[in-house]
Amino acid sequence: MTGERASPQAEGRSARLISWAPLAWLLLFFALPFVIVLKISFSRQRDGQPPYEPVLDPSGGLSNLIDEARKFSLESYSSLLSDSLYLESYLSSILIAGAATILALLIAYPVAYAMARAPRRWQPLLVILAIAPFWTSFLIRIYAWTMILKDEGLLNHALMSVGIIAAPIQIYATHWAVLIGIVYSYLPFMILPIYNALEKQDRTLIEAALDLGATRLRAFFCVTLPLSLRGVIAGCLLVFIPAVGEFVIPDLLGSSDTLMIGRTLWDEFASARNWPGAAALAVVMLVLLVIPIGYYQRMQSAGDRP
Amino acid sequence: MTEPLVRIESVSKHFGIVQAVDQVSLQIDRGEFFALLGPSGCGKTTLMRLLAGFEAPDTGRIFIDGEDMKDVPPYRRPVNMMFQSYALFPHMSVARNIGFGLLQQGLPRAEIDTRVADLLRLVRLEGYGERRPDQLSGGQKQRVALARALAPRPKLLLLDEPLAALDRKLREETQFELMHVQRDLGIAFMVVTHDQDEAMAMAQRIALMRAGCIEQIGDARSIYEEPQTLFVAEFIGEINLFDANIVASDAGPRVIGVGPLQFSFAAPAGMPAGFAKVAVRPERMVMSHLRTACAAEGEGIIADHAWLGDISVWRVSMGDGRIVRVSRGNAEAGAVFSRGDRVFVGFDPASARVLAS
Repeated sequence: MTGERASPQAEGRSARLISWAPLAWLLLFFALPFVIVLKISFSRQRDGQPPYEPVLDPSGGLSNLIDEARKFSLESYSSLLSDSLYLESYLSSILIAGAATILALLIAYPVAYAMARAPRRWQPLLVILAIAPFWTSFLIRIYAWTMILKDEGLLNHALMSVGIIAAPIQIYATHWAVLIGIVYSYLPFMILPIYNALEKQDRTLIEAALDLGATRLRAFFCVTLPLSLRGVIAGCLLVFIPAVGEFVIPDLLGSSDTLMIGRTLWDEFASARNWPGAAALAVVMLVLLVIPIGYYQRMQSAGDRP
Repeated sequence: MTEPLVRIESVSKHFGIVQAVDQVSLQIDRGEFFALLGPSGCGKTTLMRLLAGFEAPDTGRIFIDGEDMKDVPPYRRPVNMMFQSYALFPHMSVARNIGFGLLQQGLPRAEIDTRVADLLRLVRLEGYGERRPDQLSGGQKQRVALARALAPRPKLLLLDEPLAALDRKLREETQFELMHVQRDLGIAFMVVTHDQDEAMAMAQRIALMRAGCIEQIGDARSIYEEPQTLFVAEFIGEINLFDANIVASDAGPRVIGVGPLQFSFAAPAGMPAGFAKVAVRPERMVMSHLRTACAAEGEGIIADHAWLGDISVWRVSMGDGRIVRVSRGNAEAGAVFSRGDRVFVGFDPASARVLAS
């Protein structure tokens, strides 16, 4: 009778399997690599292949393994503190990412607001337009910005031809170029959550505020803005977190003195062949970013409470 | 003559090709409980939004307390509104919701607190001040919305379908509560509703709207007993409509029945000759197993009988298949009628309304 249907037990099994799948994914592609990075961060730099020790080769027997394990140290972490370059990299990353987040918020909020207030039938198209840049490779779009921002680039040409400036101003290979690149690249991640929060808002709430004597501006600050705060915070985290670790944008648009942790990490790893140092940098950055992510999670679950 | 609180002078408003409000004029007195009644899409909500200032009229003028409301934005009008969805601010406590209007007026904190406490008492929600709207029942939300709209002490309170979201039992209770609050505060209320029972129970005067126009304004009794148009007669309650002709005669124009009931009586003054409808409420119909003494009478068979607790309703199928509704209070004494009985039904011309059709 039920020949073609799976038995309830089989269905239960497959449901369990499905719930295990994301966990298995996380274990394989996040936890395991992270453990490897963690292990390297506690290792010592040496010349050779791989460029760190201990290697922990189980073929040498247990006693050899214990001897090797004695070589673990906190050296790379202490060097993070001793060399001001690392501290400056972290600080500068956080500053640049923070400034980019604020700039993106200031641009994205009016855009999201206009999208949410546009006629209903236009909104799907506007959302597609907001994410349209993703259809072109990220790398190509950043290269395109070098063409725009260079001294002889489009922007300087345009500014000079309308007479705003007399000589080219240097934007390319400055912090400003990095900032522009980050804001441009991550803007959709700010627009979409804010749009989502605004679009769901009941517009009669604004009418109620106006009716009760609030001007349009006060209605915005008393009702619209607080009710979209969840989208604002989500957008800020979605921009800030990846921007802190950004590598490509400072590498292509910034100057050699644009310190960002992603670049410092790459320099340690590739040029200095200091794998333990690079791994320690990565671990500290992850720990730093877990704080805002944890805050976001808590806020999300608090908001979901009935 | 004293200035009425609200004076609407031939106001029109259209959306696209829809004429939502068409040359409406009406007045609302101070302290009056007024109802705008009509089917959905009749323009009653638009008229209310014009009063609140959310829409601007295409033509015509609106005066509130003698002041022309042209170019006066919603936040400067002495009018507050209770929204159908209540529109409570979800991120604010009940107390902050109620105090919102007072805060906008720039009142000092202490005074806001006292007035909010007074309003919470008025709507019987003491102790609920710190709750969030989503922690309240539908009836409680409704009372918060009422308190919030009353807080700035408007001269006119607009209530958009105030009872629509409540269940039946709560509805009647809330209806009387609204009437008490209105009487105690002496603020003019304008209720917008599609529910005739609601309008008739609460309002001192009712304006019945249809397709952007006001069909009739009057108290519940006159709208029910003296409908001036066919639409009013049919919209409010149940009614029998009999076809008739108005014919000139030596003694003036007469109404001659052309349907299942035979009648001929003097037409009311001012009726043009031609086709007309005679409207009679079911409870005004006379029914008997024997000939009635009525000037209008016909014969039929009882097709259905419904016992509704307070009243009984009979549907009498006339010779030509048309149905006449007759109702009678169950507390009244009288003959017993059952399905299948052959009966005479009739009415007294004095209890009929002759309407042009």
